Amino acid sequence: MTGQDFLATLKKQFGDKIAGANFEAIDPWVEITPDGIVEVCCFLRDDPNFRFNMLNCISGVDFFEPDAKKAAKKDWAPHTEVVYHLSSTIKKHTLVLKVILPRWKDDSPGTLPEVPSVAGVWSTADWHEREVFDLSGVLFTGHPDMRRILCPEDWQGHPLRKDYEFPQEYHGIRGR
Amino acid sequence: MAATHVDDPRIVEFDVRTDEMLINMGPQHPSTHGVLRLVLRTDGEIVSEVEPHIGYLHRCAEKIGENLTPRQWIPYTDRMDYLAAMNMNLGWSLTVEKLLKYKLPEKARHLRVIIAEMGRIASHLVGMGAYGLDLGTFSPFLYAFREREKILDLFEEACGARLTYSYITPGGATSDLPNGWLQTCDAFLEQLLPIIQEYHALLTTNAIFVKRTAAIGVMPAEQAIDFGCTGPVLRGSGVDYDLRRDGEERYTEMYDGYAFEVIVEKDGHYPRDHEYPAVPREAVLGDCWHRFYVRMLEVIQAIDLTRQAIEKYSTASGDWGQPIKLTQKLPKGEVYLETESPRGQMGFYLVSHGDSIPYRVRARSSCFCNLSVTAELCRNCLIADIPAIVGSLDIVMGEIDR
Repeated sequence: MTGQDFLATLKKQFGDKIAGANFEAIDPWVEITPDGIVEVCCFLRDDPNFRFNMLNCISGVDFFEPDAKKAAKKDWAPHTEVVYHLSSTIKKHTLVLKVILPRWKDDSPGTLPEVPSVAGVWSTADWHEREVFDLSGVLFTGHPDMRRILCPEDWQGHPLRKDYEFPQEYHGIRGR
Repeated sequence: MAATHVDDPRIVEFDVRTDEMLINMGPQHPSTHGVLRLVLRTDGEIVSEVEPHIGYLHRCAEKIGENLTPRQWIPYTDRMDYLAAMNMNLGWSLTVEKLLKYKLPEKARHLRVIIAEMGRIASHLVGMGAYGLDLGTFSPFLYAFREREKILDLFEEACGARLTYSYITPGGATSDLPNGWLQTCDAFLEQLLPIIQEYHALLTTNAIFVKRTAAIGVMPAEQAIDFGCTGPVLRGSGVDYDLRRDGEERYTEMYDGYAFEVIVEKDGHYPRDHEYPAVPREAVLGDCWHRFYVRMLEVIQAIDLTRQAIEKYSTASGDWGQPIKLTQKLPKGEVYLETESPRGQMGFYLVSHGDSIPYRVRARSSCFCNLSVTAELCRNCLIADIPAIVGSLDIVMGEIDR
């Protein structure tokens, strides 16, 4: 199935929940709106043509440039991406899904952006979403246990956000 | 007389009630393979719930990767899975090459197969030895380290380091193999193959070992896939999936022209390339024994692949592959690539905005997913089975915490 056919199938099924796609990229990807991600994932997992039964990885990518001068030259506006890498052990193919979120929910700094959790679709998502929350600061709504996983529970901030500042000290341990 | 009444003294004697107790296992417990902490909710000897706590070795290597060029980040990949550092280097190098659309010379390809498969042998030997330790037998560990030592010697000869090699780099390798290396390697493989029978006698077919591992921690194939388990853990559950055959072309082309069969139980038996001990009657597909056994057979497979690679390498023409420039500019784009490391599928995700330093680096750890299934596997098992189950997943904390 070519990329365009695949996109057409998805578009027919989900309409404007498919926000965009890029098939020229090295790893072609499809962009899904946050409210459609669970539906689309369920479909991709169960449809006999796709059978994406394995979720390999969820990554959070923060697009932000703190320097205003440099930021003006960038060809992207600040945002956060959640990237899902899927594969199928049956059909032996792979797919990349993306959800694009604002850096802060409702543009109020300090409120983490939200995306529905896919932990009910693949159990892998449980720990991966906790990691993305911990390091990239994305809240997964409906996740059974949304806690930090790698950093200590009382850690401040999300280290992989581009505006993260390393703490001066943590429980009396000097940071820098 | 049949004991039917509750007042029977023999029954009352055994009516002992215990409270639920929370027990901390780790983070410094020797059989948790590093700094893994498990909180067990126990009722007597029965464990009703296990909660793994990770992050004790967290260094945020991904953040470090956002400040270094790809070649500078190679040493950090070493320190992820420090028992198979060569395979980590390989995964990252291939990811960078995928972004650069770099065509690898023929000779470098075979060199990488030799190194990666030797790394796999070394890693599985430790996995085997440490599993013996988990189950309370010390000698297999010493035997395993005796052989691994020779692989480390070989690696040391090739690149100067014994644990964190940084040998395979984007573009090829840092240097060619020294003179006489192939002969030493070949002699080692010649010697290792018969020794594997010893390991089978010590562990695989050992009655106590079978009792401790067979039908313990059974993971059905669906569960393994659902939790994203990969590598020997996935194949131990009977899923025929190996990235060396089923992966992306960027990775499988490395193994073009190599003859190997994926180690997985099909129709009740494993590939019959080599002699191997029979599967014991007690073993159930997907249990600890099968996971261990897949690793043992993969050692034999890796020996075979290394031999093929040595032959191909010595006849291949051309260059062993020059490393890319330290500050090579990366084209715009993002790539994701998974490779079959000894512990499972190791994935790297790279986002580049056209500088020589990646915008975002992500490492998908195989052990991270493999470990996440522990809570399911350890439900209602005995405390003594916990090391057997966690050990059979063969985890390395450096890779989980990154």
